[in-house]
Amino acid sequence: MLSASLQRLWHKLGSPRWFVALTDGWVTALGWISLVLLIWGAVWGLGFAPADYQQGNSFRIMYVHVPAAMLAQSLYIGMGVAGFIGLVWRMKLTDVAIAACLPLGMVITALALFSGSVWGRPTWGSWWEWDGRTVSTLVLFFLYVGIYALREAIADQDLRARASALVAMVGTVNIPIIKYSVEWWNTLHQPASFGLTQKPAMPSEMWLPLLVMVLAFYAFAGFIVLVRMRTEILHREMGARWVREWLQAGGTR
Amino acid sequence: MVGLMLREWQVLLRAKGAILNPVAFLLLSTTLFVIAAPDTVSADAAAGVLWTLVLLTQLLALDGMYRRDFDSGVLEQTLVTAEVPFVAVLTRIFMQWMSTGFIIVFIGPWLGVLLGLPVAAVPDVALALALGTPALSLLGSIGASVTVGFSRGGVILALLVLPLFLPTLIFGAGLVEGAGLGRSVMPEVYALSLISLVALAIAPFATLAGLKISVEMQ
Repeated sequence: MLSASLQRLWHKLGSPRWFVALTDGWVTALGWISLVLLIWGAVWGLGFAPADYQQGNSFRIMYVHVPAAMLAQSLYIGMGVAGFIGLVWRMKLTDVAIAACLPLGMVITALALFSGSVWGRPTWGSWWEWDGRTVSTLVLFFLYVGIYALREAIADQDLRARASALVAMVGTVNIPIIKYSVEWWNTLHQPASFGLTQKPAMPSEMWLPLLVMVLAFYAFAGFIVLVRMRTEILHREMGARWVREWLQAGGTR
Repeated sequence: MVGLMLREWQVLLRAKGAILNPVAFLLLSTTLFVIAAPDTVSADAAAGVLWTLVLLTQLLALDGMYRRDFDSGVLEQTLVTAEVPFVAVLTRIFMQWMSTGFIIVFIGPWLGVLLGLPVAAVPDVALALALGTPALSLLGSIGASVTVGFSRGGVILALLVLPLFLPTLIFGAGLVEGAGLGRSVMPEVYALSLISLVALAIAPFATLAGLKISVEMQ
């Protein structure tokens, strides 16, 4: 029973029309959730969390930097997974997902680099250090730029989809290798003090706002990706009858 | 399989530029580096300089990897008629390595000596290049296969391929540096072997997919 309904959902997700209908409510929900979480986390983290005993108030950049860095990697991995699904099952929708994740991923990676640089100034004493994590994030940015340039260079929609899916997949396989090789090579960056498996190395008044901010960033990314995907679908299916009917019925509620 | 190898081998021998150009580029760029920055001629910096130049040499050679076969239509024929296209692709990658990495294994260590590495480090540097350059040919082949259809694919090729080269660069330079200092280089030997094997597992399939896309683009 479950597998049958999962299979049906899978097929529905593959159809642009169903996807637009299905995610209608999700967009609004995710938008509100991310807005509330962002305000809550930012006010809590920036205003009420205790100052760090070593870094003073400058550690508060963490509340932007850490979620941005996590999201930057997640979005790339998401593109790789979408690429894999697209190449194996020839699903149209996955290319829409890649097209939606790509610009957001680039911007978020740039934000992670920038906020890290701003945080590095008071704590390391310089705007830019060739530290392992900095370099691997920079390389991640180049990986995004590579796919972007590739997509710009190919005019045919189907071939563009296949080429960028392939490159995203290969890049995803390489991300852990790049990440660890760079980190072993040279490390100034503090190790992550926040993980799924161990207890956070900071008091709960400090990491709870961070958790809220991480959730807020992911909800925000989900919101943006969904909006972009829906817009892209409507653009690609411009000539289809269901798009006209859907728009005439009022579009997004 | 043997016929394929023979054909690729003959193509390689008849296009002398394919072999000489990378070597000339490597020699020239090393010379330029030494002229521009004489202070870097030291055992500390040689490892990084040598590997960076090897990477750029490889990048230069990659651009033409599938170009001629693509333009003449041989590539499309191979993809359609080869019993196992996978083997044809692997053969081409191997021959590309023969014309770049294989030669670099012999020349690179001596360039390293020119750059300030001790002569005693030559065997280790050769080992580093022998283990690392296959990964460059394999991973580079993926980028070359996707960009072969573009009239100006050079910059995109560099953007796609150089990030993938990074682990090889790090461990390759680490091995050369360790050899210069006289410490054990086994960790880097294992890491480079791992990278090359992972590349061997991925690259032929990805290249094949990339070539199919490029042929359809034509």
